[in-house]
Amino acid sequence: MFDIVSFLVQAIRLSAIFLFGSTGEILTEKSGHLNLGIPGIMCMGALGGCYGESLYISSLPVSASTSAPDLTLMNPFLAVLIPILTAILFAGAMGALYSFLAVTLRANQNVTGLTITTFGIGVTKFFIAPIKSQYQAGFSQASIFFRTGFPFASSLGDFGSLFFSYGCLVYLAIIVAVVASLILSKTRVGLHLRAVGENPATADAAGINVGGYRYVATIIGSAIAGLGGLTFVMDWLSGSWEYSIDGMGWLSVALVIFAMWKPNLSILGSILFAILYILPNYIPGIGFAARELMNMVPYFVTVLVLLFVSFQKKRENQPPASLGLSYFREAR
Amino acid sequence: MEKTVAIELKGITKYFGSVVANEGVDLTVYKGEILAILGENGSGKTTLMNMIAGIYFPDEGHIFVDGEEVLIRSPKDAFRYKIGMVHQHFKLVDLFTAAENIVLGVKDGRRFNMKEVNARVREIAERYGFTIDPKKKVYEMSVSEKQTVEIVKVLYRGADILILDEPTAVLTPQETERLFEVIRHMRDDGKSIIIITHKLHEVLSVSDRVAILRKGRYVGSVETKYATELSLTEMMVGQKVALNIERPDPVRPRPRLMVKNLTCKNKEGVATLSDVSFTAFGGEILGIAGISGCGQKELLESIAGLEYAYPGSSISFVTDEGEEEELVGLSPREIRNMGVALSFVPEDRLGMGLVGSMGMAENMMLKSYASGKTPFVERKQPTELAGKIKEELEVVTPDLKTPVSRLSGGNVQKVLVGREIAEAPAVLMTAYAVRGLDINTSYMIYHLLNEQKKKGVAVIYVGEDLDVLLALSDRILVLCGGKVSGILDGRTATKEQVGLLMTKSEREGKEDTHEQS
Repeated sequence: MFDIVSFLVQAIRLSAIFLFGSTGEILTEKSGHLNLGIPGIMCMGALGGCYGESLYISSLPVSASTSAPDLTLMNPFLAVLIPILTAILFAGAMGALYSFLAVTLRANQNVTGLTITTFGIGVTKFFIAPIKSQYQAGFSQASIFFRTGFPFASSLGDFGSLFFSYGCLVYLAIIVAVVASLILSKTRVGLHLRAVGENPATADAAGINVGGYRYVATIIGSAIAGLGGLTFVMDWLSGSWEYSIDGMGWLSVALVIFAMWKPNLSILGSILFAILYILPNYIPGIGFAARELMNMVPYFVTVLVLLFVSFQKKRENQPPASLGLSYFREAR
Repeated sequence: MEKTVAIELKGITKYFGSVVANEGVDLTVYKGEILAILGENGSGKTTLMNMIAGIYFPDEGHIFVDGEEVLIRSPKDAFRYKIGMVHQHFKLVDLFTAAENIVLGVKDGRRFNMKEVNARVREIAERYGFTIDPKKKVYEMSVSEKQTVEIVKVLYRGADILILDEPTAVLTPQETERLFEVIRHMRDDGKSIIIITHKLHEVLSVSDRVAILRKGRYVGSVETKYATELSLTEMMVGQKVALNIERPDPVRPRPRLMVKNLTCKNKEGVATLSDVSFTAFGGEILGIAGISGCGQKELLESIAGLEYAYPGSSISFVTDEGEEEELVGLSPREIRNMGVALSFVPEDRLGMGLVGSMGMAENMMLKSYASGKTPFVERKQPTELAGKIKEELEVVTPDLKTPVSRLSGGNVQKVLVGREIAEAPAVLMTAYAVRGLDINTSYMIYHLLNEQKKKGVAVIYVGEDLDVLLALSDRILVLCGGKVSGILDGRTATKEQVGLLMTKSEREGKEDTHEQS
């Protein structure tokens, strides 16, 4: 029997990963940086989160019976907060590295982004193995804290499950997307950021620090995307590990186009992507080929949206005009 | 009325490398006046104003605002002293509204609220009589609306001294009149307005005072009411400078290229060339004079097949046998195969003529890529040609593989002209062939052109230095606002004649523009 509520709940859980990734990438792209390093950055976010969690677990007192850290002493608040901070730190550092290469060293943005992706995936694979085998039990325990919804959710039936049963990162993803959307459309900083991405020479002439805005937007955007990686491991996989975060990263980049560079649209887009992503699991007896075809749908839809957007020729829906172009003042 | 000084320049000098852009310029601007800065192309008008606006920093000299010496290191600094400049190329974000563009980068400590910004923009517009919709997106605007946004942007920042760099270049006569009206309002409000221009009749109609620059130096200033077009032209072009450029008599001139009723339009649908007709003869150098943007570029490009010529235009090439062949509608390659060579030197030599990251030999291949019978590129001939050019024109380069972008401007030009000449063209077109080159290289280019002329080639030389045009050309075609305003004999024409033709006929052209619009 197809349970529509639990299906949607799963989809919304999953959508947080795409939403973090795409919100981060939108902020970055609005500054004119095409950061194709998002998959690697999400890996680094996951690695950072696991590393932070492992530090916290190893700081717990040793239990006498198992001679391992006593997991019953875990503080739910710290078990969630520390990985979030370390994920932000790791992913933000990747954003800083990208900006250093693309702004300060004037490297080509496409090459830099792809380098960041391969670098992030490689570093993550190298370091995650010892951590996950040693702290697997701790991660599973911490994941429970990550996935805990509001206590009153179960008393509200389907309504409660649909709106209040998610872990903190799902709500955080939506809040971040809404805030990003408001900053972009309503504030002076948002206006300046969009100007930098549209026409850096004009922004420069208006006294806006183009390089500074690009650095900050890319670092913050990367940090947000990194939380997507953390969500994947701690919420979606319940503290275990799968080497498919980068796939989530590419979907997030596609989602940016799908949402036409608008974080608020990205909230709906991410849910749609998540529905398409998990739908095969809910169709009984689906064959391998059909499953793979269905997994392809999000990318296919993105291509359609891209076609639609370019046919429509509405200027507001186009990518930032100087996306992918480096800006040097001397090059007049 | 008592005049108070708004800004004063003393001994301003600016070098670009070894080239002097401005030398010892003294200039005073008063409050509540419209000052026109007049000068030929390359006379240093824009450079001088850029130093007040904080784009460049002067190498020598002092700037005083309200009697106090100031250092203006950036546009931000300029705004602090209430100086604002509207550049020729607008700096606007297309996707933003007028008001968003205006408020961009303003940090006035106020809470950011677009409604208030819109209101303040309307207030400014009302005060000076602008028509502006704060919520209209820039990409939906006409050129004149964009200019209004730029001017309001400067006023919004509280500028008391406004510099407008050739504000009328892109406007229709009606729009120009409206702009002047607004400028007069601003003057009556006590602001100082500086207009950079080379259109004499506009100077006479709008300004209170004219300051003239020639070759980077300040020639003097006159009250507009005492000035006439002739007196201003004389101050602008100066005494004729004798140049020692050879000018052999044309040998057996014969019509080579006949242009009839050539009309081109730009993206906005404004005519860049209208009804241009002339004949270029083999064995002569036809000089083309005109202020920048008067259609020289479009003229050459339409002959080369790079610009769409409107119906009714005709460009016929006369073959050696005397047959006329129509060039309009042919591809650049077909035209080139007929012997029309274009050595086009836009502001950026490496833009259209050569590929900067390739060496000399590979750049030669850009012409011969289509020849050869195998799928493999033919390297031998281009390399030999490159070697020959290097030797004959004394191109200074480590080897033929060095990317041409690493060569100096003069050497790049030698490579370009050398390649075009090697094609043995029947028509050779050069635009700004000596721009930025030193004297020796310039003379070598003149010599090369004369060599071609002796061979019977029809040489079309677009230049900016009137002295050179007068010394080199057999005939001079003067363009003004996309029309031929005159064809003069290069041996008898005077600088004043050319100067007047370059600027004068615009008033007469007014009625024509009405018809077109």
